[in-house]
Amino acid sequence: MCTYSTEHVQATGSGKGASGWFRLSEVSVYLDHPAHALADHTLNIDFINPAQGPSARVAVELTADTARELARAIESALAAAPPGLV
Amino acid sequence: MNEALTAETVMMKGQGGDDVEAYLAQPVGTGSFGSVVVIHHLPGYDSATKEITRKFAAHGYAALMPNLYYRDSPGASPDDAAAAARAKGGVPDEQVVGDIAGAAEYLRGLAGSNGKVGVIGYCSGGRQSFLAACSLQFDAAVDCYGGAVVHVPQGAPASMKPLIGRSENLSCPLLGLFGADDQFPTPAETAELSRTLDGFAKPHEFHTFTGAGHAFFSVDRASYRVEAAVEGWDKVWAFFGQHLAGKG
Repeated sequence: MCTYSTEHVQATGSGKGASGWFRLSEVSVYLDHPAHALADHTLNIDFINPAQGPSARVAVELTADTARELARAIESALAAAPPGLV
Repeated sequence: MNEALTAETVMMKGQGGDDVEAYLAQPVGTGSFGSVVVIHHLPGYDSATKEITRKFAAHGYAALMPNLYYRDSPGASPDDAAAAARAKGGVPDEQVVGDIAGAAEYLRGLAGSNGKVGVIGYCSGGRQSFLAACSLQFDAAVDCYGGAVVHVPQGAPASMKPLIGRSENLSCPLLGLFGADDQFPTPAETAELSRTLDGFAKPHEFHTFTGAGHAFFSVDRASYRVEAAVEGWDKVWAFFGQHLAGKG
């Protein structure tokens, strides 16, 4: 199925795409068909900067299990940071 | 059928007279031919759908697939263009209808056209095929597992509306090809659409394939189901053969 549902996050940071590093302005997060991963549906994340055109994108397509592990790992890494760093 | 064809990228006029990139495939040496507007799926104007477009030409139809994401992403790779369109909340229905109208006009203007034009779409393009057939004059339409026709899912862009209320305006016979395991549209939704079309005496035939879910025609995806796809293509050839053949 096509879900059409998308979570949008305003982003500050950088990503490395096909043409090198660029500043990120947004992140799109959605569960839908992948373009490349061999699964019916994946959790897809697009790190983008629309002002720089559609090719300013870092894309990942993750299985649901991988996505949940990634979310836990991100929270864990942030929680483990020494005081004052984040 | 000799399956000889030519294929190329062309520019056509879409909604508002905008230039829109499109992929054109034409049969060679067949005399006059019917035509088909091919509407790509949500992942965009990709190689797999270009292959489908060529398949129609191999079967004796001129086929044209407009790039519905071209305006915002000219020259971008199909996956980047699809992601950009998604980030913007999708392509408005009115723009899609205008682009499909332009594609149909382009096809009717081809030397060798018999004047008959059908439309077919996959996934989101299935919804858009139904939308086009309820908005424009076609000779036949095929909806391949288009969702958001009967119900719009939670979280969809606010601009996306159900289309079932437009059923009375369906301009041509409709072939619907669906998967029994699909959740979007569910078999209950396609049954509801069929009942609604019956109420307006709109000719249609729906087939729901067991063992198949969404996107069973997609040969490059895990969702591909060979039995449903082979039988589904046979339904398409029979349907378009009935409605698009001969002189207009």
